[in-house]
Amino acid sequence: MTTFTNIPKQIEELLEEWKGAVSRRNFLKGSGLLVVGFGAASVAGASLLGSGAAAEAAGLAQAGGPYPDPDFRQLDSWIVIREDSTATFYVGKTDLGQGTGTAFRQMMSDELDIAYDKTSLVMGSTDVTVDQGGSGGSDGIERDGWPMRRVAAEARRVLLELASVQFGFPVDQLAVSEGVIAVKADPSRRATYGELIGGRRYNVTLTGADINETTGLAKVKAVQDLKIVGQSPQRYDIPSKVDGSLTWAVDVKLPGMLHARNVKPPVAGAQLVGIDESSVRDLPGFVRVVSKGNYVAVLCEREEQAIGASRQLKVEWQRPATPSFPTSEDLYTYMRHATPTSSSPPTVVGNPDAALAAAATVIEAEYDFPFQGHTAFGPAHATADPSNGQMTIYSNDMKSYGLRNGVAEFLQMPRDQVRVVWMDGSQAYGRTAADDAGFEAAFLAKEVGRPVRLQWTRQEETAWDTKGPAYTFTLRGGLDDHGDLVALDYSARAADYHHLGYNEPDTVLIAQFMGMGPSMPASGRAATPSEMYAISNRRMAAQVVSLPLVFETPLRTGNLRDPNGPQVTFASESFIDELAAAANADPVEFRLRLLTGSTSDDDQFKRARSIAVVKAAAETFGWDPRPSPKPRGTGNILTGRGTAYAFRGQTVVAQIAEVEVNRRTGHVWVKRLVCAHDCGLVINPEGLRRAVEGAMLHSLSRALHEEFKFDTEKATSVDWNSHPTLTHADTPARIDVVPVNGDPNPDRPDLPHYGAGEAACKPLVAAVANAIFDATGVRLRRAPFRDARVLAALRAAHV
Amino acid sequence: MSNVTLKVNGSAHTLDIDPSTPLLYILRNDLGLLGPRFGCGLGQCGACTVIINGAAVRSCVTPSSSVKGEITTLEGLAREGTLDPVQQAWIDEQVPQCGFCQNGQIMTAKVLLDQNPNPTDSEIREGMARTLCRCMTYYRVQAAIKRAATSMSDARPASGQGGVA
Repeated sequence: MTTFTNIPKQIEELLEEWKGAVSRRNFLKGSGLLVVGFGAASVAGASLLGSGAAAEAAGLAQAGGPYPDPDFRQLDSWIVIREDSTATFYVGKTDLGQGTGTAFRQMMSDELDIAYDKTSLVMGSTDVTVDQGGSGGSDGIERDGWPMRRVAAEARRVLLELASVQFGFPVDQLAVSEGVIAVKADPSRRATYGELIGGRRYNVTLTGADINETTGLAKVKAVQDLKIVGQSPQRYDIPSKVDGSLTWAVDVKLPGMLHARNVKPPVAGAQLVGIDESSVRDLPGFVRVVSKGNYVAVLCEREEQAIGASRQLKVEWQRPATPSFPTSEDLYTYMRHATPTSSSPPTVVGNPDAALAAAATVIEAEYDFPFQGHTAFGPAHATADPSNGQMTIYSNDMKSYGLRNGVAEFLQMPRDQVRVVWMDGSQAYGRTAADDAGFEAAFLAKEVGRPVRLQWTRQEETAWDTKGPAYTFTLRGGLDDHGDLVALDYSARAADYHHLGYNEPDTVLIAQFMGMGPSMPASGRAATPSEMYAISNRRMAAQVVSLPLVFETPLRTGNLRDPNGPQVTFASESFIDELAAAANADPVEFRLRLLTGSTSDDDQFKRARSIAVVKAAAETFGWDPRPSPKPRGTGNILTGRGTAYAFRGQTVVAQIAEVEVNRRTGHVWVKRLVCAHDCGLVINPEGLRRAVEGAMLHSLSRALHEEFKFDTEKATSVDWNSHPTLTHADTPARIDVVPVNGDPNPDRPDLPHYGAGEAACKPLVAAVANAIFDATGVRLRRAPFRDARVLAALRAAHV
Repeated sequence: MSNVTLKVNGSAHTLDIDPSTPLLYILRNDLGLLGPRFGCGLGQCGACTVIINGAAVRSCVTPSSSVKGEITTLEGLAREGTLDPVQQAWIDEQVPQCGFCQNGQIMTAKVLLDQNPNPTDSEIREGMARTLCRCMTYYRVQAAIKRAATSMSDARPASGQGGVA
């Protein structure tokens, strides 16, 4: 049989360039004077240099490790300029598919004053990029963009000083443009960045208490002076994703590599009794069964052999004596009656009970939101290489540094003997923050002493990935006789007991299965709404409840894109709509009325920005002010529109959904979506537009389809049939994304850039529910709005 | 194990494999063609799509020995270094988010357009409905399909004998 050694193309290119030169690691140590070129195409792969087996295969010696962290206080750790005046930026973030890598390059190119297309970027690999923690929480641009800008500005400053010495003119008599510095009075005297420092080290030490504060002496540019920021260069990674040339984490293939598949217990909480290895021993390619505690995996020479062996392996399990959880149908009743495991003290303003007692109208409603999975399109995967007594993990983990730290602790290896090479992977919305596959592949590789590629099955991923917590809500609101909202009482419960942290060596699934879990579960949390409504009397209460089974369960919770946001905002913004209807008020007008009060400068600023997006969405949509519901139509298709708004961090969005509801089938089609979006300074408008479209449609999937289902002992949602997702057929005919800058002073020099990865997820479910109410007069208080549920609600209301 | 011959992207390969092995693993692990990807192994998502005899086929549930025709993978769409109009439309429209599913989107769209050069909106929705994307790039995929249809239509010689002046 043909044997292929798949050294990723990027590595091959780099190895060619590398011959006779020094490694990046040596460069960072200061022992090298030359910098080797990284082609723009090599982006992620650049960091693969010296990777264990790949480098060995090429006869190179850098493979051995150790792999210490680059020093973030050295400018050379962030930026390299080559003799040809191209630059490579090294940042400790990962791009989950929203184009942040392109945005980082824009920000750093702008501050460095170099053409965007003369730059490249390497991200998220622990031994070649500084530790910015990887990605999560929409903080890449908002938080980590600042040190990137500052170090690039510092690199420009140093280049100006070098030019100043060379030309004998003070810095203020020099001009910089696109990587060339010239004497203003005599532009023939000029030097390129490559001539000034190409291939050499800066040797500039930076300051700052931590990596987020990293700075040199230079100041970042004023917003008005930014040229590349605000443009929309195409994403550099898209061509290689469209022509098939990119090597993804899932594509890594190393000499001697084995393929592994896990064997999960058939029901949650089962105990391993015994394994009959003879059931697979004679299968072709079989190598080994590895098990510890309740963790079981099969390793074979070929992938299809591992798949077959994992299905055939006979394992005896003992079922738990009592039910592990209520069924998904009984979940909300269970949650409402459970004794909370934790309660935060309620936040109280005014006297909500007295105000409710005195209100002219009081309405009360209960809302429910199911467990929903990350349900990554590409099931969890990683390849681990134990060569030279070190451990290299090729992974798409969004938090690659955390994976390195977690695995080092899990395997009891020094941190600098473990590294994670980040490569592109399937977007997973928080799933890889607790990267089970990375831990499992590393464990197996250490056990068998050979590189191991592990991939989960579809069924395993859908059943056993981390879940966004289910919620129940009880809301009460009081209107005075003018229809003004005078009291709001919000109470939420989240099934979020034992919420997973980031790559913790004792909470990842393999640790739980091995009995290495924590003695005390993480308490989790329940969240409160993010809106800025000025309500004189309100109470916000949030509690966490536990299900019977806490560990080794498919109902383990983790951070799912905008954790808690879609759930909480579904309830709170639907209920505001209920109150608007009770007040016979237009839903937009009702919200704007609640945003006019002010209690502090900060609140006033946030309310000004709230008003700006609510108005912008209404204007773009062509909102016709009137109360909901509208007079019901007579045909089979009922149409309506609904709005909702929310903050995610400092980013504020308002959305409007226009729906068609089929009264005969209950089918809901969201025909049009509008999102007014204020995330401060926009780095790449076209990139932002697409990220916002994706975020909205992800929440539309959660609104219309997604519910993780289970009986009392196992998941019954296990694939795309039993756990449907949004499809092409559901796609709106039109989506408008309207960037808004609600800063009262949009020209102030330090206009911040806020996050944009998740905010648009937040209000969408509520906007759709409100639109369904507008169309039909029926209020849906439980998500998702699948056809059968909608039809039942329509029939109950005789629609 | 037995010899199976596969014609892929213009080359023939004879491999000594278990003939029931799904085509996906042979393409990826033996032939180094990594465009098709594993998403479900159940034929539900489309990540593994290849084109065989002009049809979009899910290679994760296709036994290698059952393949009779010429296989085209994502890597085989470009001609002499020029991207297929569908791929070019994907770049022009900046379709992908993470991109993991886009092999399925592109290959399915390619077959859709080969069979129906001017699809309506509802034909696109229907034709693509079983090809999933968890970044929900559907809106841009549909725009790119229309863009590709236009560029392919512009590139075709006008019908009739006269041509375009």
